[in-house]
Amino acid sequence: MKTFPIGGIHPSDCKEYSKSAAIETFPTPATVTIPLSQHIGAPAVACVAKGDRVLVGQVIANAGGFVSSPIHSSVSGTVVAVEPKADAQGNKKPSVTIAVEGDEWVDTIVRGGALKKNINLSKEEIVSKISQMGIVGMGGATFPTHVKLSIPAGKKAECLIINAVECEPYLTADYRVMLEQGEKLIVGARILAKAIGVDKIYIGIENNKPDAISHLQQLASAYVEVEIIPLKMRYPQGGEKQLIAAVTGREVPSGGLPIDVGAVVQNVGTALAVYEAVMLNKPLFERVVTVTGSQLASPKNLLVRIGTPMSALIDYCGGMEGVGKVIAGGPMMGRAVSNVDAPVTKGTSGVLLMPTEESLRNVEGSCIRCAKCVEACPMGLEPYLLNRLTQLGDFEQLEHHYIADCIECGCCTFSCPSYLPLLDWVRIGKAEVMKRIRERAAAKK
Amino acid sequence: MESLVTTVLIVGGLGALLALLLFLVAKKFYVEEDPRIDEVEKMLPGANCGGCGFAGCRAMSEALVSKDDISALFCPVGGDECMKKVAGYLGKAAPEKEPMVAVVRCAGSCDNRPRNNRFDGAKSCLVASSLYAGETGCPFGCIGLGDCAVKCEFGALSINPVTGLPEVDDEKCTACGACVKACPKGIIELRKKAKRGLKIYVSCVNKDKGAVARKACKVACIGCGKCAKVCPHDAIVVENNLAYIDYSKCKMCRKCVVECPTGAIVECGFPPRKVAENDANSSNKVAE
Amino acid sequence: MDSQKLVISPAPHVHGSNDTRRMMGDVLIALLPALLVSVLAYGLQALVVTAFSVACCVLVEWFIQKFMLKGASTIGDLSAMVTGVLLAFNLPANIHLGLVAIGAVVAIGIGKMTFGGLGKNPFNPALVARVFMLVAFPVAMTTFPEAAGAVTGATPLAMAKEALKAGVPVGEVMESVDLVAMSLGMKSGSMGEISVVALLIGFVWLLCRRVISWHIPVCVLGTMALISSVAWLASPEEFMSPIFHLCSGGAVLGAVYMATDYVSSPMTKKGMVIYAVGIGVITMLIRIWGAYPEGMSFAILIMNSVVPLIDKYVRPRRFGAVRNGK
Repeated sequence: MKTFPIGGIHPSDCKEYSKSAAIETFPTPATVTIPLSQHIGAPAVACVAKGDRVLVGQVIANAGGFVSSPIHSSVSGTVVAVEPKADAQGNKKPSVTIAVEGDEWVDTIVRGGALKKNINLSKEEIVSKISQMGIVGMGGATFPTHVKLSIPAGKKAECLIINAVECEPYLTADYRVMLEQGEKLIVGARILAKAIGVDKIYIGIENNKPDAISHLQQLASAYVEVEIIPLKMRYPQGGEKQLIAAVTGREVPSGGLPIDVGAVVQNVGTALAVYEAVMLNKPLFERVVTVTGSQLASPKNLLVRIGTPMSALIDYCGGMEGVGKVIAGGPMMGRAVSNVDAPVTKGTSGVLLMPTEESLRNVEGSCIRCAKCVEACPMGLEPYLLNRLTQLGDFEQLEHHYIADCIECGCCTFSCPSYLPLLDWVRIGKAEVMKRIRERAAAKK
Repeated sequence: MESLVTTVLIVGGLGALLALLLFLVAKKFYVEEDPRIDEVEKMLPGANCGGCGFAGCRAMSEALVSKDDISALFCPVGGDECMKKVAGYLGKAAPEKEPMVAVVRCAGSCDNRPRNNRFDGAKSCLVASSLYAGETGCPFGCIGLGDCAVKCEFGALSINPVTGLPEVDDEKCTACGACVKACPKGIIELRKKAKRGLKIYVSCVNKDKGAVARKACKVACIGCGKCAKVCPHDAIVVENNLAYIDYSKCKMCRKCVVECPTGAIVECGFPPRKVAENDANSSNKVAE
Repeated sequence: MDSQKLVISPAPHVHGSNDTRRMMGDVLIALLPALLVSVLAYGLQALVVTAFSVACCVLVEWFIQKFMLKGASTIGDLSAMVTGVLLAFNLPANIHLGLVAIGAVVAIGIGKMTFGGLGKNPFNPALVARVFMLVAFPVAMTTFPEAAGAVTGATPLAMAKEALKAGVPVGEVMESVDLVAMSLGMKSGSMGEISVVALLIGFVWLLCRRVISWHIPVCVLGTMALISSVAWLASPEEFMSPIFHLCSGGAVLGAVYMATDYVSSPMTKKGMVIYAVGIGVITMLIRIWGAYPEGMSFAILIMNSVVPLIDKYVRPRRFGAVRNGK
């Protein structure tokens, strides 16, 4: 069975808590707070003001540039504020707050009806529609999808890879989508394939989800261009570069992009959103969120309107009893939340509640040079060295040791027997080195 | 006897050969350098702290020797005296700067600023600040993990375990600015070192609106502007809900200190006030 | 802790089951079979020396950490215990306990704590002590008690070396050596090195628990086997057979337990291979041409000193590295 070439770890997948819970629609809350920057790139620019009435699916903020994405209202009601609101990490971010009244949708959105399979739009029309509907990468990185679909001149896409790996422990949102909306997902993938002009679609799934593999294999038998690739379970298989290597055997060159090896990777959630956007005119204003945790009363997979406070989801699933840490996303790459009233955004794949006793890290010891981090690093870097060089502030050496290749997957910290916060430091070093690289590039221009 | 001679010859010959080699190499790779650079370097404190903006004292000396106009160069550690000496030696005009001292502009101790979550990552302000807004409701204030103290080459900064805030030892502080650069929140400022260590400054950098700031921290500047009104020297500006005292204009009259409703303006090194005033002030602070 | 306060930390939020204490514990478990054999061979004396050595090492570490480095106690990570056992395994079972104590002070005090404690020592502490003692107390270190079932008090390696020097043909020397008995533990030697089989059982355990990888032990032994085979095939009259070399002395103990010491071995797999081959070569050079019958400890210490250089130049295989010609 295929997998990526170097490094990697085997965290226990902990998906049993929520894997059998079917996707449930979460009731619309009384107010939603929709941040204007839910994607990588320039923040969107608000086009509504306090007092405006908005409908579900109405644009409330326009894209702030090419690498940006518009924001749509997830509810119908009245705008009560357009001002900075604290995000999950407590930082104030420009947001639109809407008081909900009823549930009135923009009338262009097709609701209900049978699955639409025929793709009548042209390449350009698909990309522009995806851009208008505010679709971004829903695996967590939230990179605007239309940018990824715009193949730079001189490059050629050869295949589309659908990331159905969901290698983060605990999360089951993508898994449920595969089981429940498999066909929409496949049509969504075909739309994406058409947009980049390829006729080969691989769907990579890890072998810890055998039912999803067989279900999709059955569905895919009707489409010759779609191939399901079962992958050997190993974290971080869902990393873009790792997935491409696992599926195609090609390695994205250091400092390069997936398109350099002819691959475009899209997440399961994104493919579903693309189906809905292109076929049903439905903007991205709701998403599936896994709410889970070992001590949670009823872990669930919820279809949630963007802007719903995370605390509402938590209360719905059993509350904060005995919770020591709340994580937006999975336990490997998700971010700890200090403000649980912060809204669900386009990139929130899960809300994970860690029990108090599992929340604190162990006391760090000293590096014993066991090389477990070197063994675990899927990029073939030397985390122990990067950690030390960052603390010494030697950014030239850091760059020389390819810190810019780090994908921040957390394998090093996970595997360190001395509980060193390797990635905490490496992240700092990487940010500084990336800044220097950008400054150099800007100076050259 | 014969072996003795052989030994002496071999060892002596070898020594002479190596000496010759050393001599030739030194000659061939000799780098012409202005001898004044060495002299200037000796005059500098040799802390290699980088406070001047150069990589170290050597780089600074090279700059001092090579540039005609050295008014932009200043060694904060050596101060005026050192710069005068260097300028005198080089026959250039000495740059003049007032002695400065680092000031920590945050009084958000554990009592004043309740913690509402707990940071558990690498012990570094940089790591914490890049992750999230902070342990308290104030996203501007001191994180207290001591990046400044680590970066201080002179041992002038230390974290007070009771308040959780860094404290500056004015005697040891050389105003090299390493802490200013190290602080990700930009709390530390270099201010004029007044005589007898007198200091008046706004010990807060919170730019939130008054009510928000006050909720997060008892001694936050709420931007009410009372201090600016009372200041007879126009030294105080309020911008973004935050007061700032311009040290070049401040005459240390202390009127603002009494006026501040939250006690965000701090005075140091002054003799105790008259009893009545002192009482009023301290009871005011306790009550808040 | 206050249950109301959420904990905030950077990702990842979970940790593997691996920790220093567990790994050191696994090494101790892996050493048990060998300890058992040495107790069977030398009686309770073996247990006394081992226990005393462990106690001394732990005590020395605790003392230095507390009173000299003034840091938190580090004995909980069990690394001092591992050093203690390994040190004992390098000593004859009948050694005076006073010498063991000196060895412990050298191992922990000089070999480890002077450099700042666990993780910072360039050399394997137990080997530093062994070599120190070998030089300081040569007689005590090379006089072995008679193991149950063993023929003489000299180690097979020393015997062979003496005999070969005296011009006895290899065939005759080999006759006096029972390889099967040797590998089971019926030979004279340091406590830990007498039973190859017991040591290999521990090696399998370490591999299963993923404490060490196969690279270093296999490459050390492989190199030794290769060199001794070449010598033996070229002139079987002059050199001992490869099996004799692998089963005798500290070959297995050194390759599996000493050379693999995390702190003093390279960080990359490629580096480990280079390091291990170096150990094998130096060991064989000393065994065949050197003055000492056994060269394992010197070889490991010499290669320990090369590790920083190896780490500097041997880098792991990087994902997406642009390779030449591609």
